[in-house]
Amino acid sequence: MTQADFTRLAVIDVARHYGRRKALAQVNFTCDAGEIIGLLGHNGAGKSTLLNILATLLSASRGRVEYGGRTAAEAGSEIRARIGMLGHDLFLYPELTARENLVFFGQLYGLPDVPVRVQAALGRAGLGDRADDFVSGFSRGMRQRVALERALLHAPRLLLLDEPFTGLDQASNRALVERLRECQQAGAIVILATHDLDIVDGVLTRSVFLHNGRQVGEPGPGTGLRERYQQAMTA
Amino acid sequence: MIRAFFRVAWIVVKKDLTVEVRSLEILSTTIFFAVTVVLMFSFGLVVDGRPLNDVAAAILWVAIAFSGTLALGRTFERERHNDTLRALLLAPADRPALYVGKLAGILLLLALVQVVLVPLVGLLFGAPIFDHGFHLLALLAGGTLGFTAVGTLFAAMLVRARSRDVLLPIMLYPMTVPVMIAGVRGTAALFQPTPNLEATQFWIALLVFFDVVFVTLALWTFDPVMTD
Repeated sequence: MTQADFTRLAVIDVARHYGRRKALAQVNFTCDAGEIIGLLGHNGAGKSTLLNILATLLSASRGRVEYGGRTAAEAGSEIRARIGMLGHDLFLYPELTARENLVFFGQLYGLPDVPVRVQAALGRAGLGDRADDFVSGFSRGMRQRVALERALLHAPRLLLLDEPFTGLDQASNRALVERLRECQQAGAIVILATHDLDIVDGVLTRSVFLHNGRQVGEPGPGTGLRERYQQAMTA
Repeated sequence: MIRAFFRVAWIVVKKDLTVEVRSLEILSTTIFFAVTVVLMFSFGLVVDGRPLNDVAAAILWVAIAFSGTLALGRTFERERHNDTLRALLLAPADRPALYVGKLAGILLLLALVQVVLVPLVGLLFGAPIFDHGFHLLALLAGGTLGFTAVGTLFAAMLVRARSRDVLLPIMLYPMTVPVMIAGVRGTAALFQPTPNLEATQFWIALLVFFDVVFVTLALWTFDPVMTD
């Protein structure tokens, strides 16, 4: 394990304000390697803001995030080498091919053996035969697979996903869930914000419910995630 | 460490140039715009084949400023489109290196625009562009760097702002007025019937000073500004 590596993520009293508007207030949770955590809540609940704070793209107005005991400010840019993120927009250049996109990000991360890693990633995405096609010609599902492999190219310890199931068909959803389970088994911490409760029911280790920027308590045991979600949102 | 810095900057430049070579979107629109500006002014300010005093220098720098603003806006619009700027910021690379990469890419584009623009100004306004080529090159390089250094920082800052197209010139032009004045006065001194090389060298030195200040400030502020 390198110095920047970590097996525990702690979100401690995190708040984020935009002027007088509170986007997040007093969010607290921890998660360990091998967990898949769901960030659940209505639109505007603060899920994307929290993901951006976890990704070090945004600073918290109050509180802190510890990556194995160190904050992003203490760990510097090396902590970002251990974080992978898949946003709602896919972070891909449509004018580049799938291979060129992955090679670009592989080089930017300073990875060794970039061509070998990229070839393996393209194989995992099922795009070995479309590797040299422009991303602009890909379907949403194909782009999503390339984007996921881009986020995983550097084997991150923390994987953050914002609405990863949007616009995917059933087969793509199954493939994505399977890939997330592989990351879980590899010891990654996976945190995903989603509205697709039926898909992630049974996949999530735990859920963090957000309502108007505030964390609401985990409801009592229910039959399924959707029922618990409704209880949490109406509590 | 320095090697890693420039490696990252080069990777970003290479990517930007690859994308631009495939689309030619920014280069074609920027050249078209710059040529149109110069032509419009030439119709109004050249009478009987004789331009007004010092007008060539002013037109040249107006065209550079306008086409530069267009190039800055389009370059970062491309990064906004699929939120790829966030992906760049997520990388464990030095963020100032990302800034240098974007800056170098825009500078290369503007250099290509000036390859067309400067001879056109020379032709339409009778400006002696080859008489003191090195001095003109130094003025263009210094002025474009100063303008683009500030512009790249502001364009990156505004990438998620709804009114970015309005805000960019509002923020950029007042900040770069000293650079524009130095560029215009230096070029005007060079385009005189008897070029005033001493004045030109003074303005070049001033441009170098502005460049050092602006690039240093931009490198220093890019990381904190992009985090919030």
